[in-house]
Amino acid sequence: MIVAEKKPIEEIIDTVKDCQSILVLGCNECVTVCEAGGKKEVGLLASALRMHFLQQGREVNIGERTLERQCDQEYLEEIRDIIDLYDMVVSIACGVGVQFTAEKYHAKPVVPGVNTLFMGANEARGVWSERCQGCGQCLLAVSGGICPVSRCAKRILNGPCGGSSAGKCEINKELPCGWQLIIDRLKALGRMDDYEKIIPIKDWSTERAGGPRKVVREDLKL
Amino acid sequence: MRPLEKGADGVYVVGCREGDCHYNSGNFRAKARVEQTRKVLDALGIGGRRLEMFNLSSSDGPSFARYAREMHDRILELGPNPIRTALAKKKKPPPAELQAAVA
Ligand code: SF4
Repeated sequence: MIVAEKKPIEEIIDTVKDCQSILVLGCNECVTVCEAGGKKEVGLLASALRMHFLQQGREVNIGERTLERQCDQEYLEEIRDIIDLYDMVVSIACGVGVQFTAEKYHAKPVVPGVNTLFMGANEARGVWSERCQGCGQCLLAVSGGICPVSRCAKRILNGPCGGSSAGKCEINKELPCGWQLIIDRLKALGRMDDYEKIIPIKDWSTERAGGPRKVVREDLKL
Repeated sequence: MRPLEKGADGVYVVGCREGDCHYNSGNFRAKARVEQTRKVLDALGIGGRRLEMFNLSSSDGPSFARYAREMHDRILELGPNPIRTALAKKKKPPPAELQAAVA
């Protein structure tokens, strides 16, 4: 899932301080699961904003809505009839949702209420860690199912580097060395032969280096 | 948050004793949420100490009474919730001279 973290309330208050009417807009997908931008968080943020403005003696209208997704046109349409009631939208979806809402409602300021971090997995309650950087050319079949792009700090494709020590990465003693994980997994799979295969130079143009990416599926287009 | 927004001076959440929750970790999750909310209340200047989580079993009346007293004393020490004061101000009719001027 896409992992995001709530922005500090002070930062959000500073962004919306001059508004008269604010819509707090949540998303039912990834940010709900990582408890940063779902319906519950919409309620908490809206309540916090109301209390802030009340203390200031200001009457600011705070609306609450949570859409199924903010990255799909059809769900964003659901706020068309109310959008004009607000002079700003605080979207607590991921950065995709914030931008897609802004694109859809071009004349309405849409600001983020979360910091979007990475594509990751839920290791334990309250713990998420990165697993994929969307490089556009998946190597997992030859790397024992562990991604050297997202799990090695240097994104080395034929590792480990000389900094790997006791299974940990040189950039942080708490961080497992991605290549140690790959080797351990290949051993467990009995596929150490794969380790001997040199992974060729990667074409990074399918990653962000090639500029903003787009998928056009002719088989799906209407 | 909602009761505090409506002007309550303090709120306490009561969960089962740790390890005794029917939903296994429900009371631990509630505790984490209470902690999160306390930080927001501190940031808003309302005071995180207005919110508390206690753990007790449903048959433990004496502890319930003790926690209630503890919370009561804490609220007296903290004074009224600033939101209650703000809400009262909002409801107050404008001064007579202003009303006359408008009329
Ligand atoms: S120690 Fe391991 S994870 Fe860290 S940069 Fe070197 S190979 Fe990559």
